Amino acid sequence: MEMTVRELVTLVHGMMFGGFFLLTGFGALVGMVRSRYAVAGMTDAGYRWDAVYWGVTVALGWAAVLSGAYVVYPWYRAVVPAGAGLAGYPQRLLLSRAETAGWHSVGMEWKEHVAWMAPMAMTAVASVVVRYREGWSRERVLRRVVLAFGATAILAGLVAGGWGALIDKAAPITGGRTMMWMGVGR
Amino acid sequence: MTERARGERGNGAAGAALLACGLGCFVLGVIALAADGWKALAGWMIWYRPTGPLSGVSTLALVIWLGCWWVLDRRWRGRDVAMGKVGGVAVVLLVLGVLLTFPPFGDVLIGK
Repeated sequence: MEMTVRELVTLVHGMMFGGFFLLTGFGALVGMVRSRYAVAGMTDAGYRWDAVYWGVTVALGWAAVLSGAYVVYPWYRAVVPAGAGLAGYPQRLLLSRAETAGWHSVGMEWKEHVAWMAPMAMTAVASVVVRYREGWSRERVLRRVVLAFGATAILAGLVAGGWGALIDKAAPITGGRTMMWMGVGR
Repeated sequence: MTERARGERGNGAAGAALLACGLGCFVLGVIALAADGWKALAGWMIWYRPTGPLSGVSTLALVIWLGCWWVLDRRWRGRDVAMGKVGGVAVVLLVLGVLLTFPPFGDVLIGK
């Protein structure tokens, strides 16, 4: 099975960092809603594990955004050298046809900016939940605001991830060294 | 409720984190939109050429977000703030920030 380095890095960016951010973020959101109905807090060890979980969630969000902006996105928007074909230059390939231009002018233009709001909002939520322990959910307005920020973080992550998957399907990021997996295809 | 169970004292630190984040997201939306409509600004936002204007737009927004968070946290930590007002403004700024990054909405605003 043949795969290029750029395809592998894009996979790590989207499926590992982005995908796991959405998984852990959604889990955190469910835990936050659930905590409203808790009658007693956790032990100190429980709070420490809680903090680790939030730390991992936030780190995954930042890893997804930073790897996207500074590793994958430059491959996406690379300038086509004179005389070269458009394969391997996704942005130029999408903009070359009116039927596919929207994937860039709407999809990527939205994704590249809104994606930053996912780890930003999740960082704010994590800081509140970790610093206040269960106290944050006992203040009605604060609980609602924190949940709104958490939900927005997940929504922004979904928008970024969803568009990313669709754009990569329309114009895949490929190139770099080729690797063979499991010897198949030799 | 004991202080130990509550963790942080007062809701000021929470208000600072949320308001700064809302402001940071709003600023991100405003700068992104402005760079989209004003090519000179887009040029100034190229802080790392391979990433283009996104590098400057996102870095500037992050700096403003973290700076505001630091300032507000220092002022509000250990105190109680009117969470209805602070949280409401934070949520409105966050939603506006998301909206401003949505190209069809932004295009209407800048008449593109």
